[in-house]
Amino acid sequence: MWARKGPRLGRLDLELTERCNNNCIHCYINLPTNDEKARGRELSAEWIKSVLREAADLGCLTVRFTGGEPLLRPDFEEIYLAARNLGMGVVLFTNACLLTPALADLLKRVPPLRKIEVSVYGMKRASYERVSRAKGSFKAAWRGIRLLQERGIPFIVKGALLPPNREERPDFENWASTIPWMAGRPSYSMFYDLHCRRDRKKSRSIACLRLDPKEAVRELAGDARKREGLMEFVSKFSGARGNDLFTCGAGLGSACLDAYGTLYPCIMLRSPEVAYDLRNGSLKEALDGYFPRLRKIKASRPEYQARCARCFLKGLCEQCPARSWIEHGCLDSPVEYFCDVAHVLARELGLLGPGEKGWEVADGKKRVAGRTNPAKKRNPHGRADKECPGT
Amino acid sequence: MDPKIKMDALYVPSSDVVAREIEGELILVPITSGIGDLEDELFTLNETGRDIWDKLDGKRSPRAIAAELAAEYSAVPGEIEEDVRGLLEELLKRRIVVEGGGR
Repeated sequence: MWARKGPRLGRLDLELTERCNNNCIHCYINLPTNDEKARGRELSAEWIKSVLREAADLGCLTVRFTGGEPLLRPDFEEIYLAARNLGMGVVLFTNACLLTPALADLLKRVPPLRKIEVSVYGMKRASYERVSRAKGSFKAAWRGIRLLQERGIPFIVKGALLPPNREERPDFENWASTIPWMAGRPSYSMFYDLHCRRDRKKSRSIACLRLDPKEAVRELAGDARKREGLMEFVSKFSGARGNDLFTCGAGLGSACLDAYGTLYPCIMLRSPEVAYDLRNGSLKEALDGYFPRLRKIKASRPEYQARCARCFLKGLCEQCPARSWIEHGCLDSPVEYFCDVAHVLARELGLLGPGEKGWEVADGKKRVAGRTNPAKKRNPHGRADKECPGT
Repeated sequence: MDPKIKMDALYVPSSDVVAREIEGELILVPITSGIGDLEDELFTLNETGRDIWDKLDGKRSPRAIAAELAAEYSAVPGEIEEDVRGLLEELLKRRIVVEGGGR
């Protein structure tokens, strides 16, 4: 549809609140439901509606309501209807606990046009509530899911691989396969970003939940089909990123507004260095002026320049300015955990030899091409050809 | 059975649809259920479709719209009538337009 030129704003992420009815052990953002200080700072419905109007003027067709738990807001319905009446599709991220029959009826009558995305933390009360740390949340979540099912409201489910629920994975996937709107297996969180506001205590406990890199690689590249998909992806996104900080799409036709009126180029990024005060500006000014200026920022840290800037594994590595800031408080630092995962993965895919580092490889793109194009297939590390995903 | 267009009746855009102009394209976004297949169901109109849509003011019949467009395009009225009928039947089937007028 946008072959020639896209809308100025394709998608707006609206974090309606940082508060949540759950207190999930892995969550990178949530504050308690009764955090009055946070509640007092949250944007009013009127203010949000004015942002939605500007977003619509800029061509925005999709708004994502996220949080915290967006349904905690008593004015959710008003905000939702405002977006829909402006002709936007709505993606709702929710744990479904706070869905009511009345709200489900509304979602049936005025459909969001996009599948609702429900996070599910366990198939049993004990496992679910060990993750959510909220008594009664299991029953509430399944009641909410039933409300969607009974009305035929399109939704998908997402999981989080965590110690309390990992054994239930087959049950979860069996159940997910019965949901008519699922296109394949559910997606899982497994790398767990540390706390986005850099709460050190929360970050420490989140870090303990991360999968060991070798285990993560079994998840990501555990069979031939997954490896093939990964290689296809890597072939498109390999090569050193150089000193450009933003090699992703952050701030290019999308933006994220936090619960208090600060706009960021991406939903993960909360660094004050890239914050735009929307209360004293406009979406247009941010998209046309502020974000393009941000995207010109160059990485300057020597460690980044010596490693990330020269590493050809960018398609396998989750390092980005947001994660760098979350982990180290600056935008341009390697993130050891993601670096480890990328290297284990690259070895599994035959892109690196034992002990070899991604930034030491001068001809990374050539090496990737050799593994993805059967006509040019090479075997740089003496692995048997039958292990090559291209075969 | 799909609804048929009456060439001398009046039709208007449904109030359950929002028409949005984005980067020169007219996109029709359903608001309530029962329009299209609901999920990801946005409709875009080509140039001719858009000209027809712009004239759906509840005062001009499909036949009158076709006659105006035939004059604007210097085209054969019969051919344009078929285009108007085809598009309006498609839109009527999806409840994007409804019969009514005089507004």
